[in-house]
Amino acid sequence: MYDIKTVLKATSVQEALKLLGDNEDATIIDGGTDVLIRMKERKLKNATLISIQDIGELYGVTILENGDILIGPGTNFTDIEENSIIQKHIPVLGYACSQVGSPQIRNIATIGGNICNGAVSADSVPSLLALDAILEISSPDDTRLIPIRQFHTGPGKTILKKQKELLTKIIIPKDSYENHGANYIKFGQRNAMEISTLGCAVNLSLSDDKKTIEDYRIAFGVASSTPIRCPFLEEKVRGMDIGEELFKTIRREVLHEVNPRDSWRASKELRIQLIKELSRRATKQAILNAGGTV
Amino acid sequence: MIKVIRMTVNGKLEELGIDERECLTDTLRNRLGLLSVKKGCEAGECGACTVLIDGKAKNSCVYLTVWAENKEIITVEGIRGKSGNLHPVQQAFVDEAAIQCGFCTPGLILTGVELVNSGKKYTREELRTLISGHLCRCTGYENILHALEKVVGK
Repeated sequence: MYDIKTVLKATSVQEALKLLGDNEDATIIDGGTDVLIRMKERKLKNATLISIQDIGELYGVTILENGDILIGPGTNFTDIEENSIIQKHIPVLGYACSQVGSPQIRNIATIGGNICNGAVSADSVPSLLALDAILEISSPDDTRLIPIRQFHTGPGKTILKKQKELLTKIIIPKDSYENHGANYIKFGQRNAMEISTLGCAVNLSLSDDKKTIEDYRIAFGVASSTPIRCPFLEEKVRGMDIGEELFKTIRREVLHEVNPRDSWRASKELRIQLIKELSRRATKQAILNAGGTV
Repeated sequence: MIKVIRMTVNGKLEELGIDERECLTDTLRNRLGLLSVKKGCEAGECGACTVLIDGKAKNSCVYLTVWAENKEIITVEGIRGKSGNLHPVQQAFVDEAAIQCGFCTPGLILTGVELVNSGKKYTREELRTLISGHLCRCTGYENILHALEKVVGK
């Protein structure tokens, strides 16, 4: 038996927001693969759960008229991985989703939960950061749009106001994927059922002759107290020609903006090595994916 | 709090009084006697409790029974043919000796059934990924892969 006080089922966003306001200290639950585990670990006790699993409007992937891609936060990882829009336009995100847990977990765990849980190791988040995803956050009185870069504030912490707000949309702007190539590399001790030791996502575009980096975005999981982007490095890399100098620069300059720590999963030293090497590899593959040669 | 819910289990509509704190593993085992659903890690890692919920393999230990309302649940008890013959996945597990202690077997069989129902064929490499949510400590997975290859292999 889980340590649950009551489970309240919401069938619309409005209803979920109302339940949030009416129930002090309630916890939103969707797929439950994080929330229920927290209960097992006794980190969440006597919980009032607001289940948002039955809210249809939070589910699905669509492409808008302006080319932006809209992902419902209640969409599970399997459905994202198998979605034709994702496969065609943002395969990097489909791949990242395929790296979460196991098939059974991916059949129920949602991308919104992965974002809102706030884990530094969340597999979908580095790719979403490198795609400059926009999050729509709804409260009873209004909705606000914020870049995912501003969403995470610490390990397990986000800007969501607990009693008030719900993540209702994930938007991938067309500018982020059109003519771009991207790649995500997850490093773990084994291939399946593994929490990331380090994750690196790169999203870039090349000049018309495919010789110069035009746009460059790099993001990490487990390299700091939140998933992060590296704007200083990105600025340096934009405009550089593809070649050994580029990869040397990335390996050297990437360390200024990361702050990895020791944990039982890996030492700080190993993580620093991974950051240097994975940024090089992910950049290389992203260049290939954008039609360039290395 | 006790709640009354309706769900279809192995083709039969069930109306059950359940505790809203309970997970589907416990409901299936304790209220319906479906003991093929195993209690392993109870944290969504080992896959021994896997059941099909509306056709999708999910870990029933991290699934609240209240979510199963109006859903269709399949366990190993419900996959035999009308004449009692084994499901092709079960037969392949027997033929390939893909079973030792048997604890992981019901979950793996159901993942196999999910794959059969997809109508697709898979390479051995894909199958390795697709069974990665099941821990087996006896077989080393080789015979399990042989068995699944027989039924859904490319």
